[in-house]
Amino acid sequence: MAELDARGLNCPLPILKTKKALKDLAAGETLTVTATDPGSVKDFESFCRTTGNTLVESSEDGGTFTYIIKKS
Amino acid sequence: MSAAETNNKKMSIIVTKGTLDWAYPPFILSTTAAAMDVEVTMFFTFYGLQLLKKDLGHLQISTLGNPAMEMPLMGMHMKMPNLVSAFPGMDAACSRMMKNLIKKKGVASIEDLREAAIDSDVKLIGCQMTLDLFEWGPEDMIDEMEIGGAATYMENALASDINLFI
Repeated sequence: MAELDARGLNCPLPILKTKKALKDLAAGETLTVTATDPGSVKDFESFCRTTGNTLVESSEDGGTFTYIIKKS
Repeated sequence: MSAAETNNKKMSIIVTKGTLDWAYPPFILSTTAAAMDVEVTMFFTFYGLQLLKKDLGHLQISTLGNPAMEMPLMGMHMKMPNLVSAFPGMDAACSRMMKNLIKKKGVASIEDLREAAIDSDVKLIGCQMTLDLFEWGPEDMIDEMEIGGAATYMENALASDINLFI
């Protein structure tokens, strides 16, 4: 399972790096992204809605946000 | 970008300002849009052309006429008085402070954002008239820059879903 550590990065880097990481995945594969930017919560929802990828899970634990994205 | 990936949305941005703070909105928007499968064209005119120079180390901010600038300093927010900009080297010092703050907060540098834009096939068009006006040649600008005029911009803008003037 592919992972991307975007902690400590501010907008728009978490989204940009996610897009790049998703390019290397095949359809149906998942990417787990960790971030610390609170703005990323809404951003990842919007990103997935607009690109047609699935936001399987969005969770937070002590300031670290984890997003599991499935490539369509 | 394959045809299957673009959802046929287009965005065009005219970039008219060339300071460090004003460099951020156009590049953040263009890279994010490109990440969301939008076809983006950026048209750089007047001071915006500073953002297409090969070397971006010269990008600055000024304390003059920036009443909204409040820098986080020593636990407080400091407003920068206009007078401060009269001291020699002040703009350069403030710009350095701003760049350090940007790095500290994990915000991308303009160099990185511009590279991301190029990697995402964002079109970067430089205004021919401005290049002539300020006597900048192709050797000053990045190779990825295309050259165009107002009509180039118009055709692109008419076909775009989002048109921004920054």
